[in-house]
Amino acid sequence: MDESVRKAVLAAVPSLRAFAISLCGNVDRADDLVQETLLRALANIDSFQPGTNMSAWLFTILRNHFRSEYRKRRREVEDSDGHYAESLKSQPEQIGQVEFGEFREALAQLPADQREALVLVGASGFSYEEAASICECAVGTIKSRVNRARTRLAELMGIESAEEFGPDQQTRAVMASGE
Amino acid sequence: MNERKPLGQQKPMETATTNRSNRGATKPAKLSREVQARLGQQLRAMYDEVVNEGVPDRFNDLVNRIDGGNKDRQ
Repeated sequence: MDESVRKAVLAAVPSLRAFAISLCGNVDRADDLVQETLLRALANIDSFQPGTNMSAWLFTILRNHFRSEYRKRRREVEDSDGHYAESLKSQPEQIGQVEFGEFREALAQLPADQREALVLVGASGFSYEEAASICECAVGTIKSRVNRARTRLAELMGIESAEEFGPDQQTRAVMASGE
Repeated sequence: MNERKPLGQQKPMETATTNRSNRGATKPAKLSREVQARLGQQLRAMYDEVVNEGVPDRFNDLVNRIDGGNKDRQ
């Protein structure tokens, strides 16, 4: 394998992991997903076109693999998004610090399509066009998913203005919901 | 508890005609730039927490093993 290719693959791993965690909500499963993605990618490295975006290529493989796994698992677990939310709740400390607890929970409640679009554009740093290519949909679809995701997130977190973000946002959210 | 319709069933946001009969439905029809920016910050902070963990050994080893690397590689 070309040294530059090997480096590009490894450089994409941290972001791939973060994306995988956002997809499946479980660190262990996410790492398995990344491992399977790397195995597939490296077995098919010849189909990677030099000069194109390695990261986007790997993300596409990971997403496709997750989707096919997800379809399989859906037979076992009917409510997949509910299952995702549950898996988050059962292991919050495994995924990160409590400081993002409220945000994470809200994110978990988004429909999978919206969550994925938001993460790709808002966190992974892909353009709308790249995200559309990764998700195999139209650019306009990605834009509308991102917009709906943001609106829903703000709603779930009870945010009406930027002032409501702050160190005590969890308390505020609790109070707001009890009004 | 609020009983809002799922967003997908509502009108596009820019038509500030969101159903206001629901208690607490005083949200702006469109998110302000500040709110969007703050949501983005939280999302990235959460994401970067994982990114900052770098490449776990298992993936370094995996890639180097497949690469058939006997060379001294980090």
